[in-house]
Amino acid sequence: MNAPDKPPAKIQIRSLVKRFQNLIAVDDVSLDIAEGTFFAIVGPSGCGKTTMLRILGGLETVTSGTVEIARPKPGRPQYSMIFQGDSIFPWMTVWDNAAYGLRMRKAPADEIKASVSMWLDRTGLTRFSGHYPHQLSGGMRQRVSIARAFANDPEVLLMDEPFSALDEQNRTILQQELLRIWEVDKKTVVFITHSVDEAVTLADKIMVMTASPGRTKSIIDVELERPRNVLELRNDPRYGKIVYGIWGHLKDEVERARA
Amino acid sequence: MTNRDTGTPTERNTPRVATGVDVGETQRLSARRRERLMSIGSPLGLLLAWELAAQFGLIDVRFFPAPSTITSALIELTRTGELIEHVAISLQRIALGFMLGGIPAVIIGISMGISRPVRALIDPLISATFPIPKSAILPFILLIFGLGEMSKVVMVAIGVFFPIAINATAGVLQINPIYLDVGKSFKASKWDTFRTIALPGALPFIMTGVKLGAGIALILIAVTEMVGAKSGIGYMIWSAWEIFAVSKMYVGLFTIALIGFAVTFLLREIERWVIRWKPDP
Repeated sequence: MNAPDKPPAKIQIRSLVKRFQNLIAVDDVSLDIAEGTFFAIVGPSGCGKTTMLRILGGLETVTSGTVEIARPKPGRPQYSMIFQGDSIFPWMTVWDNAAYGLRMRKAPADEIKASVSMWLDRTGLTRFSGHYPHQLSGGMRQRVSIARAFANDPEVLLMDEPFSALDEQNRTILQQELLRIWEVDKKTVVFITHSVDEAVTLADKIMVMTASPGRTKSIIDVELERPRNVLELRNDPRYGKIVYGIWGHLKDEVERARA
Repeated sequence: MTNRDTGTPTERNTPRVATGVDVGETQRLSARRRERLMSIGSPLGLLLAWELAAQFGLIDVRFFPAPSTITSALIELTRTGELIEHVAISLQRIALGFMLGGIPAVIIGISMGISRPVRALIDPLISATFPIPKSAILPFILLIFGLGEMSKVVMVAIGVFFPIAINATAGVLQINPIYLDVGKSFKASKWDTFRTIALPGALPFIMTGVKLGAGIALILIAVTEMVGAKSGIGYMIWSAWEIFAVSKMYVGLFTIALIGFAVTFLLREIERWVIRWKPDP
């Protein structure tokens, strides 16, 4: 998977096709994602955006084409994934959940301790490190999932609609927190969402996908400076304009998917 | 609203008291307490009736010796150490059998849950052998393992194997697939997947299997010791029958019931500890 010479992009997708029996989920997608980009993919449901992320995350194989994630430091994991819905283990404490990735790659004990306590602190979970998930709210559980992914210190972060199961208020709070902790070291992120607002709030670049088969419809640059304030952003006329613009691209696709 | 001075605050608010009738002692007890008293009372009442019937010659004490006679037999058997010895050897056989049958059952059951090929390979074997009454294979086990300790341990092992293995498989299959995705995504090895996901995820089901297995183990140890043993609680019951020591037989029955009760209690405590991560077990 490692390119021998200097890679042009952090993530390089070439002519990616994924077929499930007679359904083409992803059809000939080529894409470069630069290092440090917060990249969002939006599209109507069933457009293959989750499939694309699962291919990047090694959970699905490709039918044809290539996917490469540059890995300059060999010891570092290529990716960590934040899943949609509850994905933290109910039988582990918050601490053990956050330490999971590091333990699976046999990181030294002191590194695990340092990294986990730092990320639990950044996600505001230190007080709850001995709690089991059932003792936490949905928003807290998703924070654990975020801490687990960041603590693993991967090359890229893959996020599959991580906030879609949360209520509006919690979603807003977590979006702000995600931005805050992401801005510390600005890892490359691929973020799947069905919410245009969420994509514009978080991302540097947004790819709009077409309905099945999933193709690249357009790629939009979000020219909003950072650090961003999730609430202030909504009052920014540029924000509304970008959201409106993306809806223009998306409208036909949503209608086509419904037909 | 009379009798306020005698009622506790919660009882005062119940409609029963609010009728204003002067309520008697038993009526003021909460329904729950009354039920508890009733469930303690019924066995005590039976024992009392039994004792009286035996004393007054209403039942044949050769078959139904008075509870007081059984109690003195119990005291005598405890004093000589005979009872303790039989109980100890039976418990030891059950414990060894549990390990011999339970550990492979967990490993095989979980492997069947994780891997389709393993399931395809082993499931027919389990389905074919599971319906055979375990007591029916005792002669076969005696043939293979002889009259020594091993045949008893193996009988218990066979008895506990099936419920634990079957429940372990079911336990893995009900694990939300997202957890296996998480394991895969964090590059968990096969062993780590077993250790950190399949085993803890299946544990609530495995504990159910263990509890079922404990019941089966008690049945089998009693039967096995009656046929091919010179010690153990089953042997004690059987030999007491052979020499017509009826009181001693009753002591055996009472003891095995007590063991069953103790094992159930112990397993419930273990279960509560092992799956403490569950909201409400």
